[in-house]
Amino acid sequence: MKFETVIGLEVHTELKTASKIFCGCTTEFGGDQNTHVCPVCLGLPGVLPVLNEKVLEFAIRTGLALNCKISHYSKFDRKNYYYPDLPKNFQTSQYDLPICEGGYLDIEVGGETKRIGITRVHMEEDAGKLVHSGTISNSEYALVDYNRTGVPLLEIVSEPDIRTPEEAKAYLEKIKSILSYIDVSDCKMEEGSLRCDANISLRPVGQEQFGTKAEIKNVNSFKAVQRALEYEQERQEEVLSEGGRIIQETRTWDDSRGVTLSMRNKEQAQDYRYFPEPDLVPIVVDSEQIEAIRRSLPELPDARKARIMKEQGLSAYDAEVITATRPMADYFDALIAAGAEAKAAANWLMGEVSKLLNACSLDIRSCPVPPANLAEMIALIEKGTISGKIAKTVFEAMWNEGKTAPVIVKEQGLVQMSDEGELGNIVEAVIAANPQSVADFNAGKEKAVGFLVGQIMRQTKGRANPELVNRLLKEKLTGK
Amino acid sequence: MKLNRKDVEHVALLSRLELSETELDKYTGQLDAILEYIDVLNQVDTSAVEPMAHVLDIRNVMRADEVQPSLPREAALQNAPDAEDGFFKVPKIVE
Ligand SMILES: [Zn+2]
Repeated sequence: MKFETVIGLEVHTELKTASKIFCGCTTEFGGDQNTHVCPVCLGLPGVLPVLNEKVLEFAIRTGLALNCKISHYSKFDRKNYYYPDLPKNFQTSQYDLPICEGGYLDIEVGGETKRIGITRVHMEEDAGKLVHSGTISNSEYALVDYNRTGVPLLEIVSEPDIRTPEEAKAYLEKIKSILSYIDVSDCKMEEGSLRCDANISLRPVGQEQFGTKAEIKNVNSFKAVQRALEYEQERQEEVLSEGGRIIQETRTWDDSRGVTLSMRNKEQAQDYRYFPEPDLVPIVVDSEQIEAIRRSLPELPDARKARIMKEQGLSAYDAEVITATRPMADYFDALIAAGAEAKAAANWLMGEVSKLLNACSLDIRSCPVPPANLAEMIALIEKGTISGKIAKTVFEAMWNEGKTAPVIVKEQGLVQMSDEGELGNIVEAVIAANPQSVADFNAGKEKAVGFLVGQIMRQTKGRANPELVNRLLKEKLTGK
Repeated sequence: MKLNRKDVEHVALLSRLELSETELDKYTGQLDAILEYIDVLNQVDTSAVEPMAHVLDIRNVMRADEVQPSLPREAALQNAPDAEDGFFKVPKIVE
């Protein structure tokens, strides 16, 4: 029997407000344990939480960027469960009247655009962090740090429209891209500011009704989400193919072993008994407020990608990579504004620039080479002053020494050798010194040319104009 | 009967309450009486009444996104039954 996979994702993102959702404690990451807490976020008796207006604004911003309808009337509810990461024994969340509903986003997989529905976006508070002594199962007690408790979160719930683990990854990348464009979250998975739970089920191809789903928690990277879903897809297919039954349960992803594991014994009898939060009053948003926020939205990734493709003639792939984050797209625009040719600008950005940024663990916003300087260097290649190969050396020097390309080219004597007479002499000398390669060439071994080119480049310290070298070499070898 | 002993056991488990046999019987009776009374309230025709999300007729109480001082850690931990290294110390979680 053939099966179809059905996936829905729940993304939690911490909002980059200065203070927590219902109190004035800082949201700053790190900090000594239990130093960013107060009576409100510790849930001490008699306190009154008050909503941070920025959280509402960010939630509406996110909803609009995800094409949602914004609710004119919304409220908070208590989600009750007992776990020591919540000091109040409930999480303040939204249940039946979330701030945003019914949106979508488009993803690109295998050259095709697919629309994934967004069920809802709601506001809630983050929980604290448990530190176990030993492993979770054999520890005698646990230690709790409530610094993250009350940090504002948005939960973004997708429709079960995702059909492959690859689509799931593309969806997450798109969510991250949009959230970073609209500047509501840092989206740092390693600091927990972007997290994902995945629901996955299988059903026989052609069947309308969904199969029984498993929920996978504890997945820490987009790559891991894809791997966890691939594993779970295979596991469920095996169970179903052998006539078995999928149990509805929560499973945790073990990244080092590459497997999902059942957590069901702990999850039984879950019932959150939601009820309206009496300490927080309802939220009413009028159309004027919503439209004002809509007007403040920046150009979003899809629009920017389409614009770059149209105005600069870039391929869909290049445009997608460049517009994935706003700072990268801004850097590209700055290169173009400084006169760089689009395709060369894109190649440098996706090549050497990204390579060095990764190697130095830097964000493009702290790139040591300003866009104007890179554009100037690209112009030197275009003019033939330096070769594309030497340009990499020049770029590294610009990166390390902070000098401009013309200065480095002059200081290190890297100007491309394009003088036909001068280069001709070197070519002839190399031919004369390598009779075996010449014989190989005459015997039809084209590869011999590559060796001779390498010798010429070595003698000129890489400065020889490669096109000229090729032409001169062919001419002199064939006597034409 | 609106609810039985099993329902009360379930709610007690969710609320992490350990109830004795006598308490279970007693609360089953009391909760049942409360639900019976809610049935009486349910007889009122509310079809023309909007659901109420809050008892007060107030909306949009919010604060500016400004950081205020947090508690000193000693104060935060003062009422904790147990603490260690600046953490709240709680019993083991998974049985
Ligand atoms: Zn606080």
